[in-house]
Amino acid sequence: MAPATAWLLAMLVLPLVVVVVFSFGERAAAGGYSAAFTFENFANLGTRWAAFQNTLMLAPAGTILCLLIAYPLAYYLAIKADARWRTLLLILVIVPFWTSILIRSYAWIYLLGGQGIPKLLSTFGLGNPRLINTPFAVLTGIVYGYLPLMVFPIYVSLERLDKRLLEASADLGSPPWRSFLQVTLPLSMPGVATGCMLVFILLMGEFLIPAMLGGGKVFFVGNALVDLFLQSRNWPFGAAVAVALVVVMLVTVTLYMRLTRRWAGARDEVALM
Amino acid sequence: MTDRKDFISREKFMAELWRYKKGSVTRRHFLGVTGLGLATSVLGSAVPGLRRAAWAQQNIGDRVVLATWPNYHDPANFEAFTAATGAAVDVNVFGSNEEMLAKLQAGGSGWDVFVPTNYTITTYVGESLIEPLDLAKIPNYDAASYNQRFAGPGTVDGTVYAVPKNWGTTGFAVNTSQLGSLPKPTTWKEFWDITMAEFSGRTMVHDYQLTTIGNALKYYGYSFNSIDPNELADAEKLLIEAKPHLFAISSDYQPSMRSGDAWMTICWTGDGKQMNRDMPEIEYVLGKEGGELWSDFYAIPKGAPHVDAAYALINFLLDPAVNARESLFHGYPTADARVDALMPPEVLNDPILYPAQELLDALEFGAAVTLTDPNRAELMARFKSA
Repeated sequence: MAPATAWLLAMLVLPLVVVVVFSFGERAAAGGYSAAFTFENFANLGTRWAAFQNTLMLAPAGTILCLLIAYPLAYYLAIKADARWRTLLLILVIVPFWTSILIRSYAWIYLLGGQGIPKLLSTFGLGNPRLINTPFAVLTGIVYGYLPLMVFPIYVSLERLDKRLLEASADLGSPPWRSFLQVTLPLSMPGVATGCMLVFILLMGEFLIPAMLGGGKVFFVGNALVDLFLQSRNWPFGAAVAVALVVVMLVTVTLYMRLTRRWAGARDEVALM
Repeated sequence: MTDRKDFISREKFMAELWRYKKGSVTRRHFLGVTGLGLATSVLGSAVPGLRRAAWAQQNIGDRVVLATWPNYHDPANFEAFTAATGAAVDVNVFGSNEEMLAKLQAGGSGWDVFVPTNYTITTYVGESLIEPLDLAKIPNYDAASYNQRFAGPGTVDGTVYAVPKNWGTTGFAVNTSQLGSLPKPTTWKEFWDITMAEFSGRTMVHDYQLTTIGNALKYYGYSFNSIDPNELADAEKLLIEAKPHLFAISSDYQPSMRSGDAWMTICWTGDGKQMNRDMPEIEYVLGKEGGELWSDFYAIPKGAPHVDAAYALINFLLDPAVNARESLFHGYPTADARVDALMPPEVLNDPILYPAQELLDALEFGAAVTLTDPNRAELMARFKSA
């Protein structure tokens, strides 16, 4: 058996097997796991529907927002920015990662809190909106935290782009917007697909940002899991929720890959024509 | 006397220091061979709290792992302990008793000392997660000087499993400058009523089922510890109704109270004291209907890797002088009359730390079943995900 196989078995398969086995068990009297074979945990999944609903709405919304903001940024970095500044600008994108997301989220608590942005807005007579502990705050935190993960794959795919293709497109009479739509955008799609996948998968398991910027009122599946394992110590039900989350992820990611592959296939046919 | 090696040459000292710095020898070897270890323990014996103690001379290892609550120790005391014994104090901070219990149930915590709250101790005993204490190794614990109401829960079926650390109450803090013409709330009924009216969007509750559900039960005058399904259903109705009016569900309420985003919160003694000290308009209130009274303990988990160091640390922290410094630092009272004797009168007369007797009498200790009841845990989960 190759070392890689052994590693995969020990680090991926074994823990998953434990989770699946636990999901059919019962909560011990003082919490924890006691062996049993019951489907009750799965039957109770409905009680966490709100958490799944929040996650399945805010994770894709966060991914799309990240994409909309990251694409122009990556485009600027890869194509428009002066080569002399490019490295520096790229480092600036990574710099936030040098500090823990926990500390940066705390900073957002103050920025979005009553003494932060709302106060600034009210001095300009723009009202005093409640921002902190809302889905808006959670989305802001998500976009802020995950943006670099979206920028880099897109940047890489744009940077590799053969500039001669754009010249050829211009020579053949395409205005810049058409060159962008027919050359740049399709060729950067692998980066977009990777970035979206990366951000989406991580967001589905997110719990820190909703806990901190949602004030415990915007509840993700990740938060439900933390509560089940650390607060109510209902490990079997927690395991069932985890299994359900893995299944939801498998389904959405498979669908997503099918779609992107079909899309890529269609494009290849066009390219062959 | 001729063969006595009671000194070390300068050259040899420097050579040993370099060996130690390079990591070729342990600190223990270095301290031993240079005589610094002996010097440290001699100096250590001059520190109050370490005198008379047999373990000061014996080797307790180089570390002790403590699982405790946030802002609950004076770091200077840990430094003194390390200077005297050579054992560094490795502090793990937790957010709830459930989390501590979960970690111990999962096994391999590596803790030597932990700080359970009164209502968890029978559960730890039942689950065989806690060591009975050998009181001979904690000479600074003098049972007679402790208030039995707070020390009692450490003893289960005649065996002492835990010795008292601090006690306190769970009330609420209210920013009185935001009350306007409203009278200052004095009951849990008013707490929830104001939350759903004048203070809408400004109240915080703990992310902790014991206190949040407990104080919702108090709205109806039920026991803080109720696990009666009908009473819990009433509490759930109130919580779900109040949820849209809450600023947040979080046990980290000091930042929001201090910034003025939140105006009222369920609150523990020490937090109430700390906020009131800096912002007198934030007052600490014990609901007239009652609520929670609690007592924290020092205990040693089963399988603690450094048992000697664990006893040494507990004994050190229970020295009245050390304990008094702890208490002045974090703002939670002790149940030890010897410590009270060392406290300044303004502390002893502080109504936040030492509430009036009739308010204390109305309070209840949390019960073991309140923590472990699966229905309360599920209720909290429904409230949070509603």
